[in-house]
Amino acid sequence: MSAARPLLLGLLLLIGLTVLPPEARAERISEIKKTTFAESAARFFTLRDPSLRNALIGSVLMGISCGLLGSFLVVRKLALMGDALSHAVLPGVAFGFLWNMSKDPIAIFVGATVAGLLGAGTVHLIRSTTKHKEDAALGFVLASFFALGVCVITMLNNLPNAQKSGLDKFMFGQAAALGDQDVVLMAVVTALVISVLAIGFKAFALTSFDAGFASAIGFPTQLIHYTLMLLLAFSIVVSLQAVGVVLVSAMLITPAAAAFLLTDRLKPMLALSALFGMAAGAIGSFLSFVGNDMPTGPLMVLAGSAVFAVALLFGPRHGIVARWLRQRSRSGRTRRENTLKALYHVLERREFKGDDVSIRELAEQRRETEVEAKQLARELVRHRLATTNDSGEALYLTPAGWQRACEIVRNHRVWELYLTNDAQYAADHVHDDAEKVEHILGEETVREIEKRLNYATHDPHGKLIPGLADLNAAPFSGRRGARATGYGAHS
Amino acid sequence: MNPPSTRQDSQVDRTSANGAPSPLEIHDLTVAYHKKPVLYGIDLTVPAGTLVGIIGPNGAGKSTLIKAIMGQLPATSGWVRIFGQSFKEACTRVGYVPQRESVDWDFPVSVMDVVLMGRYGRLGLFKRPRLEDHDIARACLEKVKMLPFASRQIGNLSGGQQQRVFLARALAQESDLYLMDEPFAGVDAATESAIVMLLQELKTRGKTLLVVHHDLATAKDYFDNLLLLNMRLVAFGKTADVFTQEILQKTYGGRLTILSEVADTVRRQT
Repeated sequence: MSAARPLLLGLLLLIGLTVLPPEARAERISEIKKTTFAESAARFFTLRDPSLRNALIGSVLMGISCGLLGSFLVVRKLALMGDALSHAVLPGVAFGFLWNMSKDPIAIFVGATVAGLLGAGTVHLIRSTTKHKEDAALGFVLASFFALGVCVITMLNNLPNAQKSGLDKFMFGQAAALGDQDVVLMAVVTALVISVLAIGFKAFALTSFDAGFASAIGFPTQLIHYTLMLLLAFSIVVSLQAVGVVLVSAMLITPAAAAFLLTDRLKPMLALSALFGMAAGAIGSFLSFVGNDMPTGPLMVLAGSAVFAVALLFGPRHGIVARWLRQRSRSGRTRRENTLKALYHVLERREFKGDDVSIRELAEQRRETEVEAKQLARELVRHRLATTNDSGEALYLTPAGWQRACEIVRNHRVWELYLTNDAQYAADHVHDDAEKVEHILGEETVREIEKRLNYATHDPHGKLIPGLADLNAAPFSGRRGARATGYGAHS
Repeated sequence: MNPPSTRQDSQVDRTSANGAPSPLEIHDLTVAYHKKPVLYGIDLTVPAGTLVGIIGPNGAGKSTLIKAIMGQLPATSGWVRIFGQSFKEACTRVGYVPQRESVDWDFPVSVMDVVLMGRYGRLGLFKRPRLEDHDIARACLEKVKMLPFASRQIGNLSGGQQQRVFLARALAQESDLYLMDEPFAGVDAATESAIVMLLQELKTRGKTLLVVHHDLATAKDYFDNLLLLNMRLVAFGKTADVFTQEILQKTYGGRLTILSEVADTVRRQT
């Protein structure tokens, strides 16, 4: 909680810096384009050129506000709302331009916000007065507002004196076209988003998790929801120039979705999401710059998607690779435990006379070839569950191996007995289930089951259940050739 | 048949013996859900320090009653008083346990975070939880034996454990009136008996509890007062008096067909 404060201050400071007046003089765009990749990269990162500086700072600011708000959209399951709002603002952009036939950021901001809120209002109206649900309402409101926007903008572009309106940049974004005023507006909105979310964090978190409880303790849930929607509309509108109407929703959702894969706490999720948003914004505008005026929006979204892909693959807990590794180690453990069980069965069949098991015996027990059995034996040796003699033909269980073997057999037989006795399974139905369960039963559960079974000594097939004394004994120590004791022996 | 609490006597008996306002008083409350009436003319006065089980068939309006008491569903008529005040004025005195299915358990919060939410009502919109709030939350977790799980994400809990977390959150509200929506749904036997003991303890500490319950078999053992509901308040009173064949038949023996048919008509016409 307290760690969030310096982070917050840092972010606000960053925003403050962006509002400082540019130092360097503008250079001609054509000059910038005729440079090598390395030169343009250097130019980009030294921020010598104000239009570049605007592009980079603007993208980063957008990444922060979209990342933060996107997190709340994701946990509130409102991901589509971002899409709807962003499409709904387009006619507002056009009408904002019409206001005085110029790309006045304030007029466009106001027009777009009004249009966005109108769109959200229409969705709400349709949902509450007809039998349509949110998805259908979102779907067609988004399309109709967007269509209207496209028509008006095309008409504007066809006017003789508006050839260079640059309104088409709103479609796919062009960060390089950001003016000083645009960046200041973005800084203001981002600061507003950060401050409001920080002050009302508790309320936003609670209403997202449990709106019913929030309203029960007297929180104004509707007001909180609309505050969030208003912030969302603001940030979408200021992001339009950088990323474009079509893809701004991806900047809201992708960083947040990636962050959600990496953490299961809200605050780290917000921080990660803002970070990913910044990274995607910066990478996107950089690529757009070195890539000869490619539209920024798609590049930013691709960068964000790359972050998401990395999180999906390499996330420490829920990542595909981590899950695969866990799965593999689990199946390895299961395989070793099955080998141990086979060794136990061999020893049991000869009533625990002699403590060596030959590879051939193991192979026969497992109904496998000797080559395969040898491989299993080597694996046990590697995990110090067994040792071999010099020729490698005979296998001896180590204390750890013996204990685990007893545990597995005990788990298996106790579970079979439980299923037949308590759960009324037929005796011939229980083996397959026990084959799976034996590897996951914990010591506590087994003891609980044993208690319920009155410490029975034999499984449904009449075989002796290894008891605690067997588990704790070193293999055959002091009772070489003796049989396993079972519960009857020590109760 | 005359249930112990009827429209007439609830209007007279507004306060308990010592003159303090009743924890919960409902007068002629009718509630519509998507414009379809689901509760008709409920009159109810709950004395302080009682543990009331709300039972009735599916669709009887049990959860609706809870939500309507809290003003989450608009009443088409009637009023609700909590300790003589409106719900808004008295909401810090009301603890609430929603149905477990009503939230997304994948939500990125820890057990501790959820229990701290119980303090939010007192803290208001902007104040952060203080050390004292953390102490209370920890004590409440201890009470439901969930303290060892405090830092877990809530999705990594069993159903019974999740329900205990919700109860701990309600305890952290330190309220006088508790409204619980199906706290026994889908919990293990150990949790079930732990909840019963908790309810009894709250009652002996003078709290008033309304608990929606779905299991008729256990209802008469768990609650000393029962409220039988089927779109209409069928009966309310001591369990021994109202848990009778006749009243149960009246509550569960088919819906009140005329009422629900009229409700459907109302919905279609508006």
